[in-house]
Amino acid sequence: MLDRLAAPLRRLGRQCINAVWRLGYASRFFLFVLMRSGTSFRRFQLVIKEIYFAGVLSLIIIIVSGLFVGMVLGLQGYETLQKYGSAEAVGTLVALSLTRELGPVVAALLFASRAGSAMTAEIGLMKATEQISAMEMMAVDPIARVVGPRFWGGLISMPLLAAMFSAVGVFGGYLIAVVLIGVDEGAFWSQMQNAVDYRDDILNGVIKSVVFGVAVTAIALFEGYDAPPTAEGVSRATTRTVVTSSLAILGLDFVLTALMFRGA
Amino acid sequence: MERTVLDLWVGVFVAAGIAALLILALKVGNASATFNVGDTYRVSAEFDNIGGLKPRAPVKSAGVVVGRVDQIQFDNERFRARVMMNIDKRYQFPRDSSLSILTSGLLGEQYLGLEAGGDTENIKDGESFKLTQSAVVLEKLIGQFLFNKAAEGGDTKK
Repeated sequence: MLDRLAAPLRRLGRQCINAVWRLGYASRFFLFVLMRSGTSFRRFQLVIKEIYFAGVLSLIIIIVSGLFVGMVLGLQGYETLQKYGSAEAVGTLVALSLTRELGPVVAALLFASRAGSAMTAEIGLMKATEQISAMEMMAVDPIARVVGPRFWGGLISMPLLAAMFSAVGVFGGYLIAVVLIGVDEGAFWSQMQNAVDYRDDILNGVIKSVVFGVAVTAIALFEGYDAPPTAEGVSRATTRTVVTSSLAILGLDFVLTALMFRGA
Repeated sequence: MERTVLDLWVGVFVAAGIAALLILALKVGNASATFNVGDTYRVSAEFDNIGGLKPRAPVKSAGVVVGRVDQIQFDNERFRARVMMNIDKRYQFPRDSSLSILTSGLLGEQYLGLEAGGDTENIKDGESFKLTQSAVVLEKLIGQFLFNKAAEGGDTKK
């Protein structure tokens, strides 16, 4: 009787302990990656290769989505703003929403599903096919050789991708508002330049994208390294990477926004 | 993939990213306007009410931006607002110039309007403008209008 009552409590306790243990394991993993990233900088060619896979190959999806997001913002912004006779403010709207929020957040979400999932699958599969163990046998540190360069490659790529997303998005807004609809070009740019501050808006956007880059790559690498070495384990880890890093991006975005733009 | 091709692509990627950042800072943002902060002089002015004026608001003379509001403080001895502003060294103004808080457009942001006076001596760094006009507070304006209307109504009844 008492046993049956205690069972759900015991399950809750086990889940909590598991969650805390996993968090601690992930933090230690992250610390190890940072401590052993010396190799990444001594053999920078490894990082360059990862920048190619995580950054250069993500360019097309980032640029195309940036263009479309900017164009949609331009259209929707114009629809609403012209009711109040201030259609020129569409430039401000597009630039502020892109540099502050949409640029870093949407680029990070795309980065998580495009590059993060690939990292998890790659490392998970390396583990499943015992390549990681083979490296350990050869006295090659897999964290320094495999995980470190991927971490730094993703960390370097992410802010650059977010900046390109924002820049292309502003251009998309310009295409719709000025070229297609015919908002005055001078007012479009000058109102934008008046409203966007390079420190408050653009630099904060860059800080956000760096934080998201750390979060996405750390989650992706940990999930890959921690994946059970089976086909099912790798597939679950890949799914978990996308879900966890998307939630982490959105949660961190709220915290960072609250810290950066609190009633300023 | 061959190493040189890889290097080329990564180089293009990093250069494009930095170019995007520069475009954002210079074309979208106001970095180009903020960089020449070295050659300004600082003056202050006191207002009864600053309305919605904020730091970084422009100071305009004849519609041209000549400086920016730097700091807004409350003077606890005279119970007035003290506004510090940085004005571009290229523009010199007479000491008896007047400042007023104006609004750009119907719903736009508030800025400082600087009206040049007739004094032969120019204002120097650290000095303050004496002639100021406060922001228009809409509630006070409406209150005054209603009061006048009521007064008029009283007159006609007599």
